[in-house]
Amino acid sequence: MEKKKFTLVLMDAPFENARTVSGLRLVDAALRKGHDVTVFAYEGAAALTFARQTPHANAVHGRDAAQEDHPLPREWVAALFAAARAGGQTLDWINCGLCVDERGVGEFIEGARRGSPADLWKAAEASDNTLVLGAK
Amino acid sequence: MAKYILIESRDPFESNEVPHQYELAASLAREGNTVTLFLVQNGVMPARRSSRSDALARLAKGGVEVLADELSLRERGIGGDRLVAGVAVATIDVVIDQLADGRKAIWH
Repeated sequence: MEKKKFTLVLMDAPFENARTVSGLRLVDAALRKGHDVTVFAYEGAAALTFARQTPHANAVHGRDAAQEDHPLPREWVAALFAAARAGGQTLDWINCGLCVDERGVGEFIEGARRGSPADLWKAAEASDNTLVLGAK
Repeated sequence: MAKYILIESRDPFESNEVPHQYELAASLAREGNTVTLFLVQNGVMPARRSSRSDALARLAKGGVEVLADELSLRERGIGGDRLVAGVAVATIDVVIDQLADGRKAIWH
């Protein structure tokens, strides 16, 4: 299949909604199929790549942090970056700077970058198709 | 005519807007467009035969390709033998394929 460029727009904060998982599944599917993807993450989704997400233990069930193995969205996104590198695709993850500042989540994992709403427009213009996962 | 993929993530018991999305798919198909309704997350719930699944069966009869995300079905314990007629199981790869085909896409 001919390589395409897609833009995916995410809005949901980490841990809040199944849309996050669906959005990341779509990124994964696009990369597996050899396409390039730009993710524009704004509103709560600007925190998906926050480097300080930290797993915790589960005192109720007597599990320490390692045993609890709490999933973290930043690790899922890091895995997508690794998949893109391995497959020769481009994953460009842009966090809206306005939303990043509001939420104080300006420390990103490697690969994610700060941008602005103008980057969403530029990405959509440069893409073959765009999908917005609205939060309402 | 145009091609569309409408992605429905909500259960009609959860949101009164879902029937409006079904009607959008139906009207686009009636006008001669190629339409896929891809059910994901709780959007697959009415794909299991129930009081709300007739709407999906009608869409399929009306020419809409109705697909249900395999992983979402599995998460919810909905086996292929419980699906209403006209709904087919598909992977999320279909969404990417149809985006690559240039379909106009709406997520609800």
